[in-house]
Amino acid sequence: MEFRTAVLPNGLEIVAEVSPEAYSMALGFFVNTGARDETDALAGVSHFLEHMAFKGTPNRSADQVNREFDELGAQYNAFTSEENTVFFAAVLPEVQSRCLGLLADLLRPALRAEDFEMEKQVILEEIQMYEDQPPFGADEKCRAAYFGPHPLGRSVLGTAASIRALEVEAMRDYVRRRYGPDHVVLAAAGRLDFDALLADARQACGSWEASGDRRALPAAEPRRGFHSLHRPAATQQYALAMAPGPAAADPDRYAAKLLAMILGDDSGSRLYWELVDPGRAEHAELSHCEYEGAGVFFTSLSCAPDETAENLRSVLALYRSARSEGITAAEVQQAKSKVRSRLVLAGERPRGRMFAVGSDWIYRGEYRSVQEELDAVAAVAAEDVMAVLGRYPLDSATTLTIGPLADVPPPE
Amino acid sequence: MTEPILSHRYANGLVLLAEPMDHLQSAALSFLVPAGCVCEPADRSGLSALACEMTLRGAGSRDSRQLILDLDNLGVERHESVSGAHVAYGGATLAENLPEALAIFADILRRPHLAAEQLEAARQVILQELQGVEDEPAERVMIELRRRHYPDPWGRSSFGQRQAIEAVSIDEVRSFHRHWRPDGMILGLAGRVAWEPLVDLVERLLGDWRPGCDEPIAEQEGPQGYAHVPFPSGQTQIGIAYASVPYRHPDYFQAWGAVGALSGGMSARLFTEVREKRGLCYSVAASYHTLRDRGAVLCYAGSSTERAQETLDVTLGELVRLGRGIEEHELDRLKARIKSALIMQQESSSARSASIARDWYHLGTARTLEEIGRLVDALSSRSINAYLAEHPPRDFTVVTLGEEPLAI
Repeated sequence: MEFRTAVLPNGLEIVAEVSPEAYSMALGFFVNTGARDETDALAGVSHFLEHMAFKGTPNRSADQVNREFDELGAQYNAFTSEENTVFFAAVLPEVQSRCLGLLADLLRPALRAEDFEMEKQVILEEIQMYEDQPPFGADEKCRAAYFGPHPLGRSVLGTAASIRALEVEAMRDYVRRRYGPDHVVLAAAGRLDFDALLADARQACGSWEASGDRRALPAAEPRRGFHSLHRPAATQQYALAMAPGPAAADPDRYAAKLLAMILGDDSGSRLYWELVDPGRAEHAELSHCEYEGAGVFFTSLSCAPDETAENLRSVLALYRSARSEGITAAEVQQAKSKVRSRLVLAGERPRGRMFAVGSDWIYRGEYRSVQEELDAVAAVAAEDVMAVLGRYPLDSATTLTIGPLADVPPPE
Repeated sequence: MTEPILSHRYANGLVLLAEPMDHLQSAALSFLVPAGCVCEPADRSGLSALACEMTLRGAGSRDSRQLILDLDNLGVERHESVSGAHVAYGGATLAENLPEALAIFADILRRPHLAAEQLEAARQVILQELQGVEDEPAERVMIELRRRHYPDPWGRSSFGQRQAIEAVSIDEVRSFHRHWRPDGMILGLAGRVAWEPLVDLVERLLGDWRPGCDEPIAEQEGPQGYAHVPFPSGQTQIGIAYASVPYRHPDYFQAWGAVGALSGGMSARLFTEVREKRGLCYSVAASYHTLRDRGAVLCYAGSSTERAQETLDVTLGELVRLGRGIEEHELDRLKARIKSALIMQQESSSARSASIARDWYHLGTARTLEEIGRLVDALSSRSINAYLAEHPPRDFTVVTLGEEPLAI
């Protein structure tokens, strides 16, 4: 296993973990742009653009893009988050060069007006789909309530109104500003030829021009509050809560992950024994999400409506007692065993490594092998986990519930 | 390329399979227990899932908490599921922890406490899951589709029914546990595994377990046809099923290839015609679903109420058009996709352990990735079209869920 990196003259960075023993390889273009880089008038443009990338380029029709990916036998897709738009594919080593060429082409889409109007319909269907399924769009609404006017409060999907009003010229301008090589990292992992990858990347991306556009990074000013949204047709009540946590570049993130696992993993955690095992909740989980310059502890709960208030009180009491009474060395050990196993299992697929290598680079400008990650997790002590809990009291949260209850009393 | 799949049948009927994958650090296990929801009494729908939940609430020398704690400390990533035929237990972890994990699973299977004081909590877990599904329109439409398309009990939902779950007694759970038996049970292992010691270990753990006996299953035809489920939502969910051959049938790969032209990859027909050309929906797909002696193709699409009729019409039109045959280039793309998917399976112990166990259930043998590759290579558009001429998609079972029924 070997780490290789290079920078093209236009600023595009390439990072790769080369593993000759792997069977396949994975490639991903990480574009450092997402909902937080939008304005009200552009709400949803990053995600819409991710769809449009597959609708063809000056060199290829939409049909050709899909056909070529399938001809390569690629397992491919893309996703958009608050901060990143990622285009990726897992393929066999023999098609590395063609796959790189095709993926790179996606980042310079044609944005034909007729495709734009057609794809608008698909985006509107996607928005409607999320409105119809749990938690009925409440995840984005909770984030909006927590971050307030901060860019991280922006919706990834946008609204039906913002999507309908969006014009193709605005999207073209957005591509010029946000898809420059200064915002793109090419990550790769698996059985790959790095020198060939570099040569192909020069060929495909060398002429791209940097825009110099900068992401605004205001400090987050998290809010506290309790909100209830009424959805009479739902069966279960859903509750989401966000509280401050370590940011992506914070060394405390390992302790934060272990804390989330101890208190709220989907099996064997304190929340599991308190709420899920006795059948008081369908689901109860705590996780840690990292952003650039901000971090969040995210609690999610679903249960029968009439048990919601009591369950929320139990969650709060559980977080407070962890803080006052501490966690045990045995719990830390249990969490470490789980993390270790998950890291090894995810690392066995080049796709899993490509995502890890890409995110480490985009968020922290560093490469970390699976072994370095395992060592970092092993080095966390119970005091470190408690220190994180001391700095980030989980009860200081924005909570939002949605379901058949119009009003849920906030827990005290 | 791949090593042969090793198999051993114990005196009590249990079958052990293993695919050594020495390039991995992990190992995975997959138990198929012949206790799926076809074994449930008609008025106890959900009993299979409830009994499975109960087996994890204390077994052997461990109480409920110690059991989960010990599996966590071994790093076992586990999942359980219930299908018509089976209760399945899966787990993956670092290879060196596999023997200890197997010993715990042997307790879960053979010596669960099935304690009366755990029943109410387990019942609540199953009821919570059932309530959760009420809020998932896409899942609901497919549950109803299988129920109407297949004969009962094969179309049953593993989530069960509220009244039935509420009525289950601890004695019924204990009695139902008779379906956890070595004959008809399959254990698939894959990853960094050493065969000989595992054969001995499994002999020690499960070899002295006495076989049970088969019980007849009475089948009753499903209603099929068209049904609409009223549901307040912005989208209408559409499910379509038609009969096909099962996995064990000599024509299976022909039928599978045809479904690939319909829905394998984004250049396939449904995605192209319904989403790319018309923008009718975000999600549209067809997939193969196989039982031991019958199979079906299940299609799904979700579309706004006002566009759902067109989505249904276009989708049905594509199913009918499939009967007229596929083009060679469609098959070429499918072959490229399956070739790389097969090779990538060698990077996942979990995928292989589950796959070889399923193979054994359907075929009484397990295919290596190379064998599957050869079977796919042997396909031609001519052979697929000959199959389609004999078996064109027709006699559709259709279920919609949403504000308004559609016209068929």
